[in-house]
Amino acid sequence: MKAFETFETPSAARVNYINAEYGLKSWLLTRDHKRIALLYLGSISFFFFIGGLYAMFIRLELLTPQGDLLASTTYNKVFTQHGIIMIFFFLIPSIPATLGNFLVPLMIGAKDLAFPRINLLSWYIYLLGGIITIYALLAGGVDTGWTFYAPYSTTFSNSYVIAAGLGIFVSGFSSILTGLNFIVTIHTMRAPGMTWFRLPLFIWAHYATSLVMILGTPVVAITILLLAFERVAHVGIFDPAAGGDPVLFQHLFWFYSHPAVYIMVLPSMGVVSELIANFSRKNIFGYKFVAFSSLAIAVFGFLVWGHHLFVASQSVYAGMIFSFLSFAVAIPSAIKVFNWTATLYKGSISYDTPMLYALGFIGLFTVGGMTGLFLAALAVDVHVSDTYFIVAHFHYIMVGGALFGYLGGLHYWWPKISGRMYPEGWGRFSALVIFVGFNLTFLPQFVAGYLGMPRRYHAYPPEFQVFNVLSSAGASILGVGFLIPMIYLVWSMRYGKLAEANPWHLPGLEWRTASPPPTENFLATPVVTWEAYEFAPVEEMRVIGKFRDEEV
Amino acid sequence: MSEHIVQLKVYVTIFLALLVGTALTVMAGLHDFPGKLNVIIALTIAVVKATLVVLYFMHVRYSSRLIWVVFTSALFWLVILFALTFSDYWTRCWLPVC
Repeated sequence: MKAFETFETPSAARVNYINAEYGLKSWLLTRDHKRIALLYLGSISFFFFIGGLYAMFIRLELLTPQGDLLASTTYNKVFTQHGIIMIFFFLIPSIPATLGNFLVPLMIGAKDLAFPRINLLSWYIYLLGGIITIYALLAGGVDTGWTFYAPYSTTFSNSYVIAAGLGIFVSGFSSILTGLNFIVTIHTMRAPGMTWFRLPLFIWAHYATSLVMILGTPVVAITILLLAFERVAHVGIFDPAAGGDPVLFQHLFWFYSHPAVYIMVLPSMGVVSELIANFSRKNIFGYKFVAFSSLAIAVFGFLVWGHHLFVASQSVYAGMIFSFLSFAVAIPSAIKVFNWTATLYKGSISYDTPMLYALGFIGLFTVGGMTGLFLAALAVDVHVSDTYFIVAHFHYIMVGGALFGYLGGLHYWWPKISGRMYPEGWGRFSALVIFVGFNLTFLPQFVAGYLGMPRRYHAYPPEFQVFNVLSSAGASILGVGFLIPMIYLVWSMRYGKLAEANPWHLPGLEWRTASPPPTENFLATPVVTWEAYEFAPVEEMRVIGKFRDEEV
Repeated sequence: MSEHIVQLKVYVTIFLALLVGTALTVMAGLHDFPGKLNVIIALTIAVVKATLVVLYFMHVRYSSRLIWVVFTSALFWLVILFALTFSDYWTRCWLPVC
């Protein structure tokens, strides 16, 4: 084991990226990837809150079988807007734009991303997309479902379809620019000695995610444009009367939107790989398998979209192909789950808050993934299509997977981001509350869906009420669970204990600079001489990230 | 990185070729060809025009291998989109219920 070095100058130099400059202008015109990450963090938290409010209305309405709180048309808008906000304005940018933006340069030993101005531009584009979407909501809302299926969206809906579509169209460019920035940065700006197979798995996951962002997002942009043309000018591309086909919309839409699930969950898997290895203090089991499985998921993820069309009059032969490919995409995901589990074996596991989220992720993602196999099976899918089984399945992936990873990562890197520790006791408590609340919300939906409760209705037969009451109760617990970290993370920015440079005693590069880091990340270019997740005994690791004048 | 300088006459030639392509598209659109020829002719003209734009106006012809890799990856992804979508359209009528 090589001795670990520290690259820092004495702690007297305590100017960091937060206090380096003051004033609104210094934030709004910043090119520092860390500040841009914080701008994103504030923005996506705002959208998460809005999306959460819509979720609250959905669960309140479904508390009783009668459609008594919201009219059916209002309910259509509420679930549509919940989906649009949560997917396009929270989940897709969540980890890449915040944690990715903050950490990709830090973890590879770079001073910033390759294109700092484009990085800032991506945030402004995201904001513009968000503002257009909020206009659509305030002007009257949109009621097509987040999937905008033709012909309802093109011909029949009276709501603000084009405005909402335009918001998504614009925000897509922000996603493309982020992906482009990551790919170029990872290729060209790695520190000396940081070879591809020394990269943290978080970086591999972001590389794979960026590929999906760049190759998929343009297709949904074109699809939305076609939808707008069809709605305004009736060009006929989705209209059978004019030689078009409404199923074509679904093909084009899901070509992006299925891989978009991997934009949400791949970065989360990257976070979990970090957490599992670091909180077990063990090198990850099968590093190369975990790294390449990210790429495999990114590629295979593009081949499976037709499983969303099994009951949409798609050819049964195409259905068979897509069913087979959907089973295939489960393999790289399973590789990850098995390798994480194997990493835990004989590890020195500690149950800090981030690790609780990581362990929660493994369990919940497994449930979400396995029920995905139910849906990939042609016959079972016919039975459960458009029921609450689907709703439960994708929430296990998107909340149990993507959001758990995001929260785990946010806690794990919070000392680096803010320079303060979050309160560990509250952290563990809220992780537990979120886990319980989440399962109480979505587990009953599997049962209700399997028994035949359809999604997207504001009224339902009374025999399903028990499941819905459980689900709504769980949602309120989940809501409280989300509020707790929001409060204590904000609190900790002022009152939390000051964080050391390396509070978890880990070898990664991001822990070898001050907390919070200086604007240029590293005062001298680091030279990497160690493998990823190369753990020394704790006594030796304590040295890492400490400043020379503080070393014992 | 040194930039390849393209002569003006190349740009003008390509521009004229694109204009001819557009004229051909309009002419083909006014004529009803038998069978599926309408679509085939329109798409062929479009692909030729797109190829000219990519090779000359976007400078791919003069670019490094890395650019070619990026371009062919994007093209490959387009092939995936088309191939799997057509796996639906071309097999819909294999069953007698079509």
